[in-house]
Order: sequence, then structure tokens, then C-alpha cells
Amino acid sequence: MLESIWFILWGVLWAVYFMLDGFDLGIGTLMPFLAKTETEKRVMHRAMGPYWDGNEVWLITAGGVTFAAFPTTYAVMFSGLYSALMLILFALILRGVAIDFREKMDHPTWRKVWDICVVVGSFLPALLLGVAFANIFEGIPLDAEGIFQGNLFSLLNPYGLFGGVLFVAMFLLHGCLWLLVKTEGSVKEKAAALVNKLWLALAVIAVGFLIATWYATRLYDNYIQNPLMYVVPIILIPLIVVGALVMVRVYAGKGHWWSAWFASSALIVGVTLFGVAGLYPNLLPSSLNPAFSMTIYNSASSQLTLKIMLGVALTFVPVVIAYQAWVYNFFKDPVTEAEAEEAYY
Amino acid sequence: MDVLWLSRLQFGAATFFHFLFVPLTLGLSILIAIMETIYVRTGDEEYKEMAKFWGKLFLINFAIGVVTGITLEFQFGTNWSRYSRYVGDIFGSLLAIEASVAFFLESTFIAVWAFGWNKLSPKAHAVTIWLVAGASSLSAVWILIANAWMQHPVGYVIRNGRAELTDFVAVVTQSAAGHQIIHTVSGAYILAGFFVMGVSAYHLLRKQNTVFFTKSFRLALAFALIFAIVEVVQGHANGAKVAALQPTKLAAMESLWETKQSAPQYLFAIPDEKNERNLVEFGAIPGALSMLAYHDTQATVKGLKDFPADERPPVTLPFISFRIMVGLGFLFLALTLYGWFKRKDLEGNPGFLKVMLFAIPLPYIANEAGWMLAEVGRQPWVVYGVMKTSTAVSPISVPQVMTSLVAFILVYSLLGAAAFYLMATHARKGPEPYQVATETGGAENA
Ligand code: HDD
Ligand code: HEM
Ligand code: HEM
Repeated sequence: MLESIWFILWGVLWAVYFMLDGFDLGIGTLMPFLAKTETEKRVMHRAMGPYWDGNEVWLITAGGVTFAAFPTTYAVMFSGLYSALMLILFALILRGVAIDFREKMDHPTWRKVWDICVVVGSFLPALLLGVAFANIFEGIPLDAEGIFQGNLFSLLNPYGLFGGVLFVAMFLLHGCLWLLVKTEGSVKEKAAALVNKLWLALAVIAVGFLIATWYATRLYDNYIQNPLMYVVPIILIPLIVVGALVMVRVYAGKGHWWSAWFASSALIVGVTLFGVAGLYPNLLPSSLNPAFSMTIYNSASSQLTLKIMLGVALTFVPVVIAYQAWVYNFFKDPVTEAEAEEAYY
Repeated sequence: MDVLWLSRLQFGAATFFHFLFVPLTLGLSILIAIMETIYVRTGDEEYKEMAKFWGKLFLINFAIGVVTGITLEFQFGTNWSRYSRYVGDIFGSLLAIEASVAFFLESTFIAVWAFGWNKLSPKAHAVTIWLVAGASSLSAVWILIANAWMQHPVGYVIRNGRAELTDFVAVVTQSAAGHQIIHTVSGAYILAGFFVMGVSAYHLLRKQNTVFFTKSFRLALAFALIFAIVEVVQGHANGAKVAALQPTKLAAMESLWETKQSAPQYLFAIPDEKNERNLVEFGAIPGALSMLAYHDTQATVKGLKDFPADERPPVTLPFISFRIMVGLGFLFLALTLYGWFKRKDLEGNPGFLKVMLFAIPLPYIANEAGWMLAEVGRQPWVVYGVMKTSTAVSPISVPQVMTSLVAFILVYSLLGAAAFYLMATHARKGPEPYQVATETGGAENA
């Protein structure tokens, strides 16, 4: 029972992480396409300035919760995906420093170097997180000892890459919508011109991914075998994923940017939970032999730890959500170009 | 080199680097919070400008502290996966608690602080920096509870082939954690105090913004003095704690080979690990080691030879680190005491200011030396008495770790250089020009 509750929390934490950090990873990747002048760059930076660090802590928490609730999965996942994870870490390191440092010295070369770090550091994690999750959905080569029998290149298989492309597309649209919500002036105009194209690309990729999932993974089998889970394919996929995708288009068409952004959030959460729910009760299915999979039963912490951590999570996560929501609301006004010109500290 | 060695090097390098930035975050956030509080209380604009100037340096430092921390959180899984499996039940929860109670608070409100200067009332703005300061210290508390558990595991049983939690309260309230928290946090506060004093001394020596930097210097001086006293007094208790909980570490940090009654402490010695003796011993203080360890000059202290050879830590590194740390601890006390008596006439003591400028790196050295002692002295155990480091490492390949290690060294060196350059530039530039209503300050800074 506790294990199952933690499974849900585990999935939700990852989903929230993708939903929040998704838009700033998207903005970072969009940077070379939407920002030509220094003012435009600063507007885009200001649009994510107060949030990206707080968003990234959801990643640390998702990792921390994996460690606390399912230590064996944490151990297998992070050592197995060693090289991919190191790439993500280096990208995030360079990105975080770049966002902070670029403004602190008014020198063209200095800014150029950090600008490159922002783009690469945003694109790589978006891609690799997608690759990693798609691989988890299809199963990774774990042997009886839980030792990963592949390498970085075996992760870059077609379905894995498809997942990476899907994540990049979702985050690009998500970031583009955030710019429409949070900026004014030329950045907003360019974002408005881009949004429909991004939507179309995402729609094609998302539908393709759902079909590829049928062939590459056991997620659907899992849904069908598990009577209780019938509700999931019937309600979750069509309603949340497709519905959200359509709603993004509808709201974007009307220029209701906030609503479109929320619909895009629902899309990201829906896609993540769709995959995660199909894994249950596995956390890391083994592609070599289902018996070697990491499940919520063979990798969970003791009952006492799960109980204590549940208390911690149910107390602090709502508090965190409350104050982060307050901060989002506090800075909700669009960034003007004049405001972006001033140094912020 | 094998995966074990490479992983140890990588972990050591990554933590070492993280801890170059963390102490300043811990201490400077509090100093800035005090400055802003004084501004709110008195309306003295100078203190607002102080918070802004030091805040800029704070943000540069903070950025590196944050990104290097993320690596650490994941390295337990990437490089120490057998460790993570074995003790994750306890250790993993402590890390997860740290993230959910401290990191969120800190990273969310540092942004409100940085972007909120014109949007919040001065009072609300001061509250945000107190939240950041509190959250930093809270994160130190939880990570140190986790580390203390590795130094002295409590509240668990070995069951199902791993360590399982039986008593959470025992884990959180154990004495090793309490000592470690007070000691590490005080060390961080000393470092921040010396940082502010050193940068202020630079400007005072050049007679720039003297009112501004005299005020900064005095505030930092009081802060550093208090914690230099705490550190030296509490450091003694820390030694006694090590004696009680980790006798092998005590013997190593004193390079004590033979068990001795009324053991002396040597100011200087050259350990000869191969032949299990000291080449040179010099400056014995009779009974001092027995006194430090057991509060009794006659007590017996166990020497390294009385422990199995495969349970002894390296000797030279802990021994030297301990002496560096303690020596510097007394130096900090002396410097801050001297400064306290000269605080009314700082500009009249250029010699002292020069010393303080060059003293900036010393607390960094003391802090890292302390960790060297704590972590290397714990070897060969990763969890003292429970799990050896050699059994903790991940089943990964040499090229993988070799590549990441080289990448870490490269990336971190570049980032370190960039951060140092930025901090030095902004520190040297001094505060932005501003208007102050007070008679002397206004004229000087205009
Ligand atoms: C400015 C920094 C600083 C200063 C001046 C001192 N220390 Fe320290 N010391 C640390 C910073 C530090 C630290 C970095 O915070 C450590 C590493 C791990 C820990 O808990 O604290 C540490 C560890 C540490 C340990 C090992 C604890 C363990 O392994 O669990 C001992 C025995 C002492 N210290 C004792 C002292 C004494 C007797 C000092 C007398 C002046 C002293 N320290 C000054
Ligand atoms: C921030 C200050 C710290 C520094 C400078 C530091 C330094 C080091 C060094 C040099 C080593 C290598 C020791 C050896 O192999 O001989 C090491 C090992 C290790 N430390 Fe720390 N450490 C710090 C804090 C921590 C904390 C807070 C934790 C746990 C929460 C921790 C956990 C470990 C682990 C798991 C290892 C690897 C196993 C080992 O080699 O012992 N360290 N550390
Ligand atoms: C191996 C052990 C450690 C791990 C896993 C770790 C983990 C982390 C992580 C993930 C962050 C980033 C948080 C964010 O994004 O806001 C961070 C920052 C921080 N860590 Fe560590 N840390 C370790 C050692 C330490 C130690 C020994 C201390 C203090 C005594 C410390 C104090 C801090 C503080 C105050 C911050 C805030 C940001 C900053 O300082 O720049 N950490 N740490």
C-alpha cells in the first residue's frame, strides 16, 4: 500500500518537474531563434529569471525521493545511466552558471560564451531526459544483479531518441507559451509567429510517439492486463493528452496565453503520467527478463522510512507549492523591455 | 587506477569544490540579513547599499554553490550505488528531507530577493533574505545529520541485507550531528566574516568609501570574533567526540602508534606509515592528548598498532590537516581579538588591514582541512564500523569514471576561475555611486 502511494508520488514529482523546468529549458533552447538583440535576450532571461532555480529543485527532490523511497532503484538507475546522467549534470551546471554570470560583465565575448552554454545546457537536458524516460518505458537491459548491460549508445535507440524529440518539442512549445504570457514587445511578436508551427510539429510527434509506444513498449499490455487500469487508457490518454493538445491550439488561437500555457502543462503532466502509470508496479523494467525488473516491492525502503517520508512529503510539498505559487503570482506581470534593461540586483 | 580510486577522487574533488562556495553562502546571507535589518530599523541608506554590494558578491558565489550541489546529490547513485542500496533507507531520506525543507525555500526566495528590490517593501524584502539565510543553515543541518550518521551510525538494524531505520529521532538527535553542525556552521561564519573584513580592508587601505567599509568591517569583525571563540571552545569538544566515537581517527590525527597512558600531543611530527612509527617527534605537550580526548591527563589512549591493519585510516593527511585547522583556529581568534581592540581606528592600523586582506584564503583552508580530517580519517569505512568504502562503489567501468573525472576537473577549474574573476572584479569596484543623507557619508561617496 505505502509502496503504491510512493509510486504515485514518484510519478507526480517527475511530472511536476517536467512541467515547471520544461518551460525554462524550452526558453533556453529557443534563445538563438527568438533573440537577436541584447534587449531581446535580456527579456527572455528575465521571463525565467525568478523561477528557473526553484524549478530545478523539483529535479533534486525527484532524485532525492527516488533515493529515499526506492533506494535500490535510485542505485540502479543512476549508476546504470551513468554517462547520460553525467551529461545532463554538466549541461545543467553550465546552464545555471551561465544564466547567472552572463549579465554580470558587460563584454561581448564573455556574453557570447555564456549564451552558448545556455542554449546547449537547455537543449541537452530536455533531449536526454526524454531519451532516459523513453528507455525506461521500453525497459533497459538489467541483469539479475540489477547491473546495466548497455551503454550510452544503446540508450540512443530509435524509440529512445523519439522520446527525446518529444520532450524537446513539448518543452519548446511550453517555453514559447511562457514567453507569450510573460513578455511584451518584439520577443512576444516572434513567439506568437512561432507558436502554431511548434504546435503542429508537436502534434505530429506526439501522435507518432503514441503509436511507436504500441510497438516498442509493454505499456499498453500493462494497461490491458490490469483491469483496474482500464480507466487509464480510456480516460487518461484521450482526455488529458489529446484534450490538452487540442486545448493548447484552441486557446492559442484566441490569444488566451495563460490558458494555453496551463493546457500545455496538463499535456506534459499527462504524457509523463501516461508512461509512468503503464510501468506499475515496475519502476525500471528489465528488457532482458521481466523477473530482473526493479519494482516498487523489491526496491522500496522499509515501512518505517516510507511512513516517515510520507509525513514529510505531505507536510512540506503543499507548503512548497503554496509559496512557489505565491512567487509565480507575485511576478506575474509581463517583463517590459525597459525593465529588462536594468540590472536586477 | 580502478573504479574505486577514481570514484574517491571524483567525489572528493566535487565535494571539495562545493565546499569552497557553501561556507560563504551560509555566513554572508546572515551578514546581509543583518545589514538589511539595520536599514529597516534605522532608515540608514548606507546599510541598504551595503546589502546590495555584498549581495552582488553573494549571488555570484551562490550560483556556483547551487550547481555543484546538484552533482553531489546524484553522485551517491552514480558512483556509490552499493552504498546507496545498503544505507538508502536512512541516508536517502535525510537527503530528500534536505531538498524539500531547505533547497526549495532557499532557491525560491533568493529569486524574490534578487528581483524584488523595487517590488517589495523594505521590511518584506528583509524578510526574504532572512528566509534565505535560515534555509541555508537548515540545509547544512540536514546534510550534516546525514554525514554524522556515516561517522557514527545509530538508530538502525541490519535486516534484509541492508541497514534499516528503527529510530528516526535517534538519527536526528545524536550527539555527533550536534557537534558537527555547530562546528561546521561556525567555521562557515568565520569564513564569511573574514571575507567581508578582507574586502573592506582592501578599500580602507585605498581610502575609498571609508564610511561604508568601516561599517562593513566592524559588523563582520563582531560576527567573526563570536564564532572564532565558539570554534576554538567547541573544537575541543569535537576532539573528545572523535575520541569517544572514532578511536582510529583520533589515533591517526595524532599519529599515535603505541597505546599510551598520559599520552602527549606533538606540535610537529613526521609520520612514517610504512614502518608504523614517527620519524621525527617534536614539541611534546605532556598529557595533552589524554586531556583532549578524555579530560584527564592520566587517561590511556589507544594507538594505531592496537587496531587491525585493515581498519586503520591513512595517517599523514589527517595528522597534517588537524594541525593546520587548529593552528588557524587560534590565529583567527588572535586576529579578531586584536581587531576588536583596534576597531575604533581601523584606518590608523594599515598593517593590520593588510594582514586581514591576505587572510581571506585562510578560513577556506581551515574548512577544507577540517573535512579532510573528518572524511579521510573515517577511512577505510564509508559508514564507520558498518560498511567499507571498497564495497560501496558502483559496478561501472573505468573509462566512464575516468571521463567524468576529467570533465569535472576541467569544467570546475574553468568555473572556479570565472567565479574568482567575477568576484574579484566586483569586489574591487566597490559599491555603485549612491546618495547618503548623513553628513560624512554623503560627501565621501557622492
Ligand atoms: C574555519 C574553520 C574551522 C576552524 C577554525 C576549526 N575547525 Fe575543526 N572542522 C571544521 C572547520 C574548522 C569543519 C570544516 O567544519 C569540520 C569538518 C567536518 C566537521 O564536522 O567540521 C571540522 C572538523 C573537526 C574535527 C573532526 C570531526 C569529525 O571528524 O567528526 C575535529 C576534531 C575538529 N574539527 C577540531 C577542531 C579544533 C580543536 C579546532 C581549534 C581551534 C578547530 N577544529 C578549528
Ligand atoms: C563539504 C565538505 C566535504 C568535503 C570537502 C569532503 C571530502 C571528502 C574526501 C576528500 C573524500 C575522499 C576520502 C577518501 O577516499 O580517502 C570524501 C569521501 C566521501 N564523503 Fe565527503 N566531504 C565532504 C562532505 C561530505 C558529506 C556532507 C557527505 C555525506 C552527506 C560526504 C560523503 C562522502 C562519501 C559517501 C564519500 C565516498 C566514500 C569515501 O571515499 O569515503 N562527504 N569526502
Ligand atoms: C555530499 C554532500 C552534499 C550534497 C549531496 C549536497 C547537495 C546540495 C545540492 C543539491 C545543492 C543545490 C541546492 C539548490 O539548487 O538550491 C546544494 C547547495 C547547498 N549546500 Fe550542499 N551538499 C552537500 C554538502 C554540503 C555541506 C557539507 C554543506 C554545509 C555544511 C552544504 C550546504 C549547502 C548550502 C548552504 C547550499 C545552498 C547553495 C549554496 O550554498 O550555494 N552542502 N547542496
